[in-house]
Amino acid sequence: MKRLAMKSTHRRLVAAGAMIAAMSLVLVACGSSKDSGTGGDSKQQGSPAAVDEALKAGGTITYWSWTPSAQAQVTAFEKAYPNVKVNYVNAGTGNDHYTKLQNTIKAGSGAPDVAQVEYQALPQFALPGSLIDLRQYGFDQFQSAYTPSTWAAVHAGEGLFGLPQDSGPMALFYNKEVFDKYGLTVPKTWDEYVAAGKKLHQADPKKFITNDSGDAGFATSMIWQAGGKPFTTNGKSVTINLADDGSKKWTSEWNQLVQGGLVSSIPGWSDAWFKALGDGTIATLPTGAWMPGVMESSVKAGAGKWRVAPMPTYDGQPVTAENGGSTQAVLKQSQNPALAAAFVRWLNNGDGVKTFLASGGFPATTADLKAPEFVSKKSAYFGGQAINEVLTGAAGTVAPGWSYLPYQLYANSIFGDTVGKSYQSKSGLDDGLKAWQDALVAYGNQQGFTVNG
Amino acid sequence: MARRQEAKGWVFVGPFLTVFALTFLAPIGYAIYLSLYRDQAFFGGSVFVGLDNYAEVLRDAKFWESAGRVLAFLVVQVPVMLGLALLAALAIDSARLRGAGFFRIALFLPYAVPGVVAVLMWGFLYGDTFGLAADLNKLLGTDAVQPLSGSWMLPSIANIVTWEFVGYNMLIFYSALRTVPGELYEAAAIDGAGAIRTIRAIKLPALRGAIVIATIFSIIGSFQLFNEPNILRTLAPNVITTYYTPNMYAYNLSFAGQQFNYSATVAIVMGVFTAIIAYVVQLRGSREAL
Repeated sequence: MKRLAMKSTHRRLVAAGAMIAAMSLVLVACGSSKDSGTGGDSKQQGSPAAVDEALKAGGTITYWSWTPSAQAQVTAFEKAYPNVKVNYVNAGTGNDHYTKLQNTIKAGSGAPDVAQVEYQALPQFALPGSLIDLRQYGFDQFQSAYTPSTWAAVHAGEGLFGLPQDSGPMALFYNKEVFDKYGLTVPKTWDEYVAAGKKLHQADPKKFITNDSGDAGFATSMIWQAGGKPFTTNGKSVTINLADDGSKKWTSEWNQLVQGGLVSSIPGWSDAWFKALGDGTIATLPTGAWMPGVMESSVKAGAGKWRVAPMPTYDGQPVTAENGGSTQAVLKQSQNPALAAAFVRWLNNGDGVKTFLASGGFPATTADLKAPEFVSKKSAYFGGQAINEVLTGAAGTVAPGWSYLPYQLYANSIFGDTVGKSYQSKSGLDDGLKAWQDALVAYGNQQGFTVNG
Repeated sequence: MARRQEAKGWVFVGPFLTVFALTFLAPIGYAIYLSLYRDQAFFGGSVFVGLDNYAEVLRDAKFWESAGRVLAFLVVQVPVMLGLALLAALAIDSARLRGAGFFRIALFLPYAVPGVVAVLMWGFLYGDTFGLAADLNKLLGTDAVQPLSGSWMLPSIANIVTWEFVGYNMLIFYSALRTVPGELYEAAAIDGAGAIRTIRAIKLPALRGAIVIATIFSIIGSFQLFNEPNILRTLAPNVITTYYTPNMYAYNLSFAGQQFNYSATVAIVMGVFTAIIAYVVQLRGSREAL
């Protein structure tokens, strides 16, 4: 009897084991389909006139975005063009959004007409032919409306794949209360910044000049600011050099901070991080111009304490980099690309910009960056400082010539596996960058690029 | 006549078989199919590569690192967890515990907390800047307690998993104990057996089947480790790599690297490993039961 019972349990167990194994496979199977639908040949032809005609004719489009202003912009657009219906979908933030977008592209159906794409992710979608080149609608005429760095960021190869929505020129956000208490002066160069970091940490071992536990977006921006150009793409051929002069310039400064234990290892965007920004544990943040909005809403304890200064540089000459920022792109799958393009034009080169500004965004349009009421606006959170004077100044000094990898999202995802280890072991970031580079070269070669590195 | 009966049988089994084939066999078949191809995420299409992906997985240092990690986890965490669950079940069953019902529920409660919530909660306790760990450090005047640092991480995860599943396993053991007929205890008492002797001679043998089941479930659970490290990753991105456990590796290959084929291969290899180890434990467990 016992034997019999055991036997049937046994079978059930094997079945249960197999079932659980199968369930993990379902997850894998869901994400894939053979038909990639990314053939670059079926290029729809459009014309500038088609955009206006499509607006007149009306129709329905779908828009995926996670920007805070998206819903308000869609409402305003539908009010201005009642015959156009925009289905707004928030498909998740960052990677969740891209995973879904990538899946619909792979599946060959289900993609939105218009999607938010960060500048760093644009080549990944543009190069395999998933996006529409907006030059066919004459959008290249809008060049002068945008800052050079954001205009460059919406290009991949020759193609124009979006209009810039916002920008994130980097500046140094610092806690003036901490600076005053410990007699620190606002650093103009990175050497001074490192010195300030040492002085602060010596005076109070619980305080750090900044936090950095390894963040791909930050590292690439810092290399950008140092004049590095580690990623070059030419069609299918990619060159990666994370040991170029700019990269080395950055690591030679940053190694001092990381190896000296002068940066806090609190990961960005964690609860601990927001607390640390409020209570003086983290004294500065070199980050994008979109940061004030984040601080006002999430770091209430920091009100009145923080100020903004230009980024420290290597030689004292003003230069900065972009950190973050998004564009809106039209997907190749779109059934009505002209209407989708019209929506993009309205969003980022029309009245949509006003709605965007009203929600506290930092624009990419030069006219708005120069508008006196924008530049001279005083911020109560920043102790009455006209922070946009600094931030718009930064927008004008972004180092030219930067480009991201055509698989930057993947690159970012393995940053912790490689460079992150150097952060953890405090063994110098150059080794980590080398490991990152090796992994990226191997991946690129597997995925159809010819990568040198 | 016999043939007709056979046909009737199929009609009854048919609905089940259809669902079974669709939801169970088809995904496995599809994963196996995927694992035989290599699809380039950017240029170039799908190429049949035979067993190349399998050869690559077996040579993949990242895969072995992750498999080794869950194996180490398994060897330490599962005995600790099941030992605790066994003690708790015996204690609750002993009829000497005051408020046994309360303990039963209290121990089981963590299992009812959604895994994600549990990990977020523990992540907060583990925080060495503002969490409970920070308070402990302040109290002791050191910074020795760092549950989210490199060498602490695996034990920290094991602690969460143990907390989550002790109650669940306790319940399996407890229900097995409840099926022991009272006559056996009476007979033991008449023979003059004490509490320890009763446990060894009656309770543990009665529990053997349940222990084998719980062990197999725990082995499968260990190999499937995903939620806990994946959520803690946001708190310790450098400690928990994208290939910290085999499931995380498969997940990140798919969703960050679009390497669906290779990911399917990793999943299959890991599934086979799990099945083999579970089977060996099952064989050993039932042999001893005889």
